[in-house]
Amino acid sequence: MKKRRSIKVPVYGLISIVLIVAGLWLLQRLLMPKYMHGIVEGAMTAEFYQETMNHDVVFVGDCELYENISTVTLWREYGISSYIRGSAQQLIWQSYYLMEDTLRYEKPQVFVFNVLSLKYDTPQKETYNRMTLDGMRWSLSKVDAIKASMLPEENFADYVFPILRYHSRWQELDADDVNYLFHRDKVTHSGYYMRVDVRPAENIPDPRPLGDYEFGENAWRYLDKMRILCEENGVQLILVKAPSLMPHWYDEWEAQVDAYAAKYNLPYYNFLEEPDAYGLDFATDTYDAGLHLNLAGAEKLAGYFGGILSEDFAVPDRRGDAAVAAIWEEKAAAYDAERAQQEARLAAGLPAKE
Amino acid sequence: MLFTSYAFIAFLAVLILLYYLVPKKWQWELLLLGSYVFYYFSGWTNLFYLLAATVTTYLTALAIGKRQAADKAYLAAHKAEMSREERKEWKAAEKTKQRRLMALGILLSVGMLAVVKYTNFTIANINGVLSVFHSDKQLSFLDIMLPMGISFYVFQSAGYLIDVYRGKTEAEKNIFRYALFVSFFPQLVQGPISRFDDLAEGLYREHPFEKKTVAFGLQRVLWGYFKKMVIADRLLGAVTTIIGDTETYSGAFVFAGMVFYAVELYCDFTGGIDITIGIAQALGIGVKENFDRPYFSKNLKEFWNRWHITMGSWFTDYIFYPVSVSKFMLNTSRWSRKHLGDAVGKRVPVYLSCFIVWFATGIWHGASWNFIVWGLGNCVVLLISQELEPFYRRFHAHIKVEGRRWWDAFRVGRTLLIVSTLRLFDCYRDVPLTIRMFGSMVSARNWGELANGSLLELGLSVADYAVVIAGAVLILIVSLLQRRKSVRERIAGLAYPLRFVIWYGLFLIVLIFGAYGIGFDASQFIYNQF
Repeated sequence: MKKRRSIKVPVYGLISIVLIVAGLWLLQRLLMPKYMHGIVEGAMTAEFYQETMNHDVVFVGDCELYENISTVTLWREYGISSYIRGSAQQLIWQSYYLMEDTLRYEKPQVFVFNVLSLKYDTPQKETYNRMTLDGMRWSLSKVDAIKASMLPEENFADYVFPILRYHSRWQELDADDVNYLFHRDKVTHSGYYMRVDVRPAENIPDPRPLGDYEFGENAWRYLDKMRILCEENGVQLILVKAPSLMPHWYDEWEAQVDAYAAKYNLPYYNFLEEPDAYGLDFATDTYDAGLHLNLAGAEKLAGYFGGILSEDFAVPDRRGDAAVAAIWEEKAAAYDAERAQQEARLAAGLPAKE
Repeated sequence: MLFTSYAFIAFLAVLILLYYLVPKKWQWELLLLGSYVFYYFSGWTNLFYLLAATVTTYLTALAIGKRQAADKAYLAAHKAEMSREERKEWKAAEKTKQRRLMALGILLSVGMLAVVKYTNFTIANINGVLSVFHSDKQLSFLDIMLPMGISFYVFQSAGYLIDVYRGKTEAEKNIFRYALFVSFFPQLVQGPISRFDDLAEGLYREHPFEKKTVAFGLQRVLWGYFKKMVIADRLLGAVTTIIGDTETYSGAFVFAGMVFYAVELYCDFTGGIDITIGIAQALGIGVKENFDRPYFSKNLKEFWNRWHITMGSWFTDYIFYPVSVSKFMLNTSRWSRKHLGDAVGKRVPVYLSCFIVWFATGIWHGASWNFIVWGLGNCVVLLISQELEPFYRRFHAHIKVEGRRWWDAFRVGRTLLIVSTLRLFDCYRDVPLTIRMFGSMVSARNWGELANGSLLELGLSVADYAVVIAGAVLILIVSLLQRRKSVRERIAGLAYPLRFVIWYGLFLIVLIFGAYGIGFDASQFIYNQF
């Protein structure tokens, strides 16, 4: 009798611990947002880890990158294997830590950073933080990214145990939460978010004068860190300003980035300056009146920038590498399929995306 | 550090772990350190108030204790030389000296509370009076923050001092042990107001780890979190919306707000006390119960014997009785009986004592006229029901309803309605507004609006209401079961898998349905403002 009892206690204890951990893990998975339809930006960060190959060019930045450059066009026209590690309102320190994170998995030849986020010197919105950071795999980079991004009302524990943040989602659970409990679909094409619809840029409002045009100390600090990280790892850092009409890119901002690039001998391309050089037309190449490019615009920009990457930075053409080509053919097929699907939806009078 | 913060939960886990790991003789020292660390997080300057309350009452109690010992020794040594009259006289003189010491201690300690809590209230009233006389002069308000839980630890230490003076308790000689009695962290936030005799022994005794005690304590903590986080904090937004927009939410909405507030306050306060008592139990320390299913009370007097019990008994023991037997009150009694006759005259001192106690209760709850009127409102209802006793007796002699369930239910409902109505003063910003809102409630013609979806505009969804109702039903069931036997004892008697399901289920309910984190404004416990 005594012996039976002594066995019972550890067995029950062990089963209890397993049930507690498994239950919490399952609940957490159920309650975390899946970002598979509607707002899909939250799924982008994690999607990178599904990649099975290395990339020669990795973009880091906000929607001005992941909506404005077609990675499949870079492949098709130049054989450039690239990935956009983008997310909505990605702040500069998040871009930096995503660079660090990327270097844990691969060493690209080029990092491309979109400079718009220099305008933010402090954390902005918790929801955007979550969309960028939840999908990152745990590492010191993620810890630092969280610490740098948290608003005063946020709590680090909420990132470690996301159930503490998302527990109240029990009221909005839907079929997606069950269907995507253990897997995710891809929402991008090597980081590119496709939209084929057209909404011309008309009546762009005059830019609002700012009280202070100087970028903040924190933003500069992270740009420095990016530059040093790239130098230390032998990666070329390229600064770009994507061709989005809004938010407005001020001349004063341009001058500061120009000066920084010149000081550290960094290449900087402002694609807003000469849209004619690659045939960009804001009457046809944007889907939201100038905020982001549509597929036509993204392909034009990729076609142009791909040339720069190949010629000026000698980014290799991987089309001769069978293994890489096979992966890209698959990506391109998915890309074409989504294009066809979105066009069909438009033809049927539906929005291009659900 | 709020009870509902992650920091507190981490602090508690570490403290309990250390408590049972350190040598047992160091347990109380660890608790003292933990209590001061806990209080430090409410603002380091608050530590000065806690220290001041501790040191002043410790020193005066010690001085009283020494005098008492010396007095006793002197009388024993000179028993033969002194006549009875001389001894009496000597004792009286000595008692006066001790009373002065006690008064000094109370003055310093309660005076500090009065300064931080009532200075701005006093200034506001002086400014009001100046305005009445069309004076341009207005006094500036002081920038004073009310230290967390000050009303509780000041009252607790004052109670100790009075008990030492009365010879009921021996003065504690070790200041650190006494400091732990004043600062014991679980009850710093919102009480209960413990007596030294009840709490001290448990604080200083060595506590070996006992699985059942710790488990029961933590189970009670979990139950407290359920009440606080799942129900009280969920309803808070709706209550705030209703009382914050009196133009939109009048009439029937006042009634809805009153009901919501009754549930919210109950779950907030009893939940907080469950956490307090549960933590103490997990540490092996017994803390007095502060509630005894108060919403089952059949009249207001019974309600106040079952709600915030330690506060009620504090006011009874340390204000009502001393005031009732004070020289002034005895003289008043004699005067009133002589001039107003026995029937009326005997009531005067009782009424006066009641008013003093309820005035003090009101102002203890908050430095505003709302709370004073609330306190006096309770007093009036209690005195009226006391006066109506003969009528009730006649009523029951003719109409046999006593003992019937429906009659008991009616009385419980009536008491809850009275309590909740009086609590309107606790909700609205001033007395005239409260009276106006009460008027709009009794003359309401918009009852239909409660069923047309307007309640869903208070920040609560249908699912939220479902959670609140289900939670309230669960609390009701537990309260009913608790009458015969402790629910935790019942559960402990079940098979392990069932026990696991119950406690893990409750944990998950708190985790998922709790109103906390971003999106919810984690409110502080209502009673830590007092």
